Amino acid sequence: MSFHANIPRRYTTDDLPQPSVAIRSAASALWNSLNSLLEWFGELGMFIWQVMRSTFRRPFEGLELIRQLDEVGSKSLPMVAMAGAAIGAVLALESRHSLIQFGAKSLLPAAVVFSIIHETGPVITALVVCGRVGAGIGAELGSMKVTEQIDAIEASGVNAYKLLAFTRIVACILMMPLLTLAADFCGIITGWLANTLAEPIAFHKFIHAGFAGTGFSDFLAPTFRTMVFGLIIGVIACFQGMRSQGGTEGVGRSATSAVVLSSLFVMLADVILVKLILVFFP
Amino acid sequence: MMPPVQAPAVKPPESASGKNLASASSASAKPSNAQRASADQANFGPAMVVQGLHKSYGEQKVLNGLNLKVGSGQTVAVLGRSGTGKSVLLRLIVGLQKPDAGTIQIQGQEITSANLEELNEIRKNMGFLFQHAALYDSLTVEENVAFPLRRHTEMTAAQRSERVQELLASVGMEADLQKMPSDISGGMQKRVGLARALVLEPGILLLDEPTAGLDPITSGEIDELILKLQEEREVASIVVTHDLHSAKVIADRIVLLHEGNAVIEGTYEELEKSTDEFVAEFFKRDS
Repeated sequence: MSFHANIPRRYTTDDLPQPSVAIRSAASALWNSLNSLLEWFGELGMFIWQVMRSTFRRPFEGLELIRQLDEVGSKSLPMVAMAGAAIGAVLALESRHSLIQFGAKSLLPAAVVFSIIHETGPVITALVVCGRVGAGIGAELGSMKVTEQIDAIEASGVNAYKLLAFTRIVACILMMPLLTLAADFCGIITGWLANTLAEPIAFHKFIHAGFAGTGFSDFLAPTFRTMVFGLIIGVIACFQGMRSQGGTEGVGRSATSAVVLSSLFVMLADVILVKLILVFFP
Repeated sequence: MMPPVQAPAVKPPESASGKNLASASSASAKPSNAQRASADQANFGPAMVVQGLHKSYGEQKVLNGLNLKVGSGQTVAVLGRSGTGKSVLLRLIVGLQKPDAGTIQIQGQEITSANLEELNEIRKNMGFLFQHAALYDSLTVEENVAFPLRRHTEMTAAQRSERVQELLASVGMEADLQKMPSDISGGMQKRVGLARALVLEPGILLLDEPTAGLDPITSGEIDELILKLQEEREVASIVVTHDLHSAKVIADRIVLLHEGNAVIEGTYEELEKSTDEFVAEFFKRDS
């Protein structure tokens, strides 16, 4: 047995990671990430193209569209209404304190209505729909994908993009403005209630003061902005669901990514659309 | 619709190493079927022609220049070890995936270059039974089988219901019309899947392990159903199976896949007598 066997070896500079190797490794990781991102956008583009191609061809899937309108619209209504109501009450309570400090208490109805109609109503509705509908679509289509149900639809000569994706996307686009109106309505009602609890005010006075400086364009553009949010939620959720792979774990990933990505793109779109609305409806 | 293409003659299958191990002749096992099939081929051409089919997933080569020809009224059983591309072959034939190279002609129409609309027209004449049935889990058993009828026919609800009940009775599922797929066993799902594949009376049938997971009695009934379809409607079928007994009963010819290619093609009896080491090993377990 060697005498030196148990003596710890001294480390030399050869043992340190070589700068060129570390740089190559980092560059490779960056390249792979960039590649995956570009691949994702490429696949998304192809998916949108397939859905668009199927849009104007028969059959128009009326029954499935009605089913999806119910699924996206009426089944989301309670949650959207509750979220809108909560935001309206919180806005009234928070704003009241600040406005009193600045001696502008009379502006409270206008502040609540303006805030809800312009920004909070559309965004809160979109985020609630991202969570409920986005996760639902991602999980449902993901499950259909991994159990070969989507393949079975295609194998029986039916356009799966039209039957599954087109109907869900259209349902999201059509239902978002209506859900936003519901959220706005509930928010304004609870805003008045919260205000009345602190200092009673007649409902018609609150509404009159709230809508005093609000024109039609103030109301129209933000509400229809939500159609773009609906398009984003529908496209991202269907795309993530239909590209699902890897069994039940893959279904979970699809549902999660549908929610995360659609929320992210909704917020990005919101920034761009607000700027555009300010330009075209000053 | 694309113009029909004349199907070229297909060379005998070659092994992965390029060596001919056996030649095909389906005369001995079931002469009536084979004679009728060859007569049909002479009259109408083969129902399915696969030539030089290649498919890879990354570095893994699944199919490596596969050739296959199936005539009207013929049933070809595709055997092979797990992962040799049997199910991939069916998915390529039905157009769910694109091959890397090679051609697939269905009743004279090339499907590898067909667009989605053309492909969907061709698919209406094809029945596909998936390995795990792939029933639509939001629809009842009856609605699952009626789905292709609702999409592709002008039948009334009563006519659809009658047709669905008739088919489900033929696979022994007439008592479970209103059940959801999650409420029936895997074997029962397979039978419903078979009924759905047959509902449009397709000229071509692709069955991915139709008897896997079924009890011997039900397996026998499924085999009889496939034989009946051959006799009555001259359906061209490819059956992917690990069930050698089933292959012996229903198939006019058996193709054995190995390393992405057909190593041997012939009747069950011919394959059983083969001296090739791989073929002998494959058939040893059944003897």
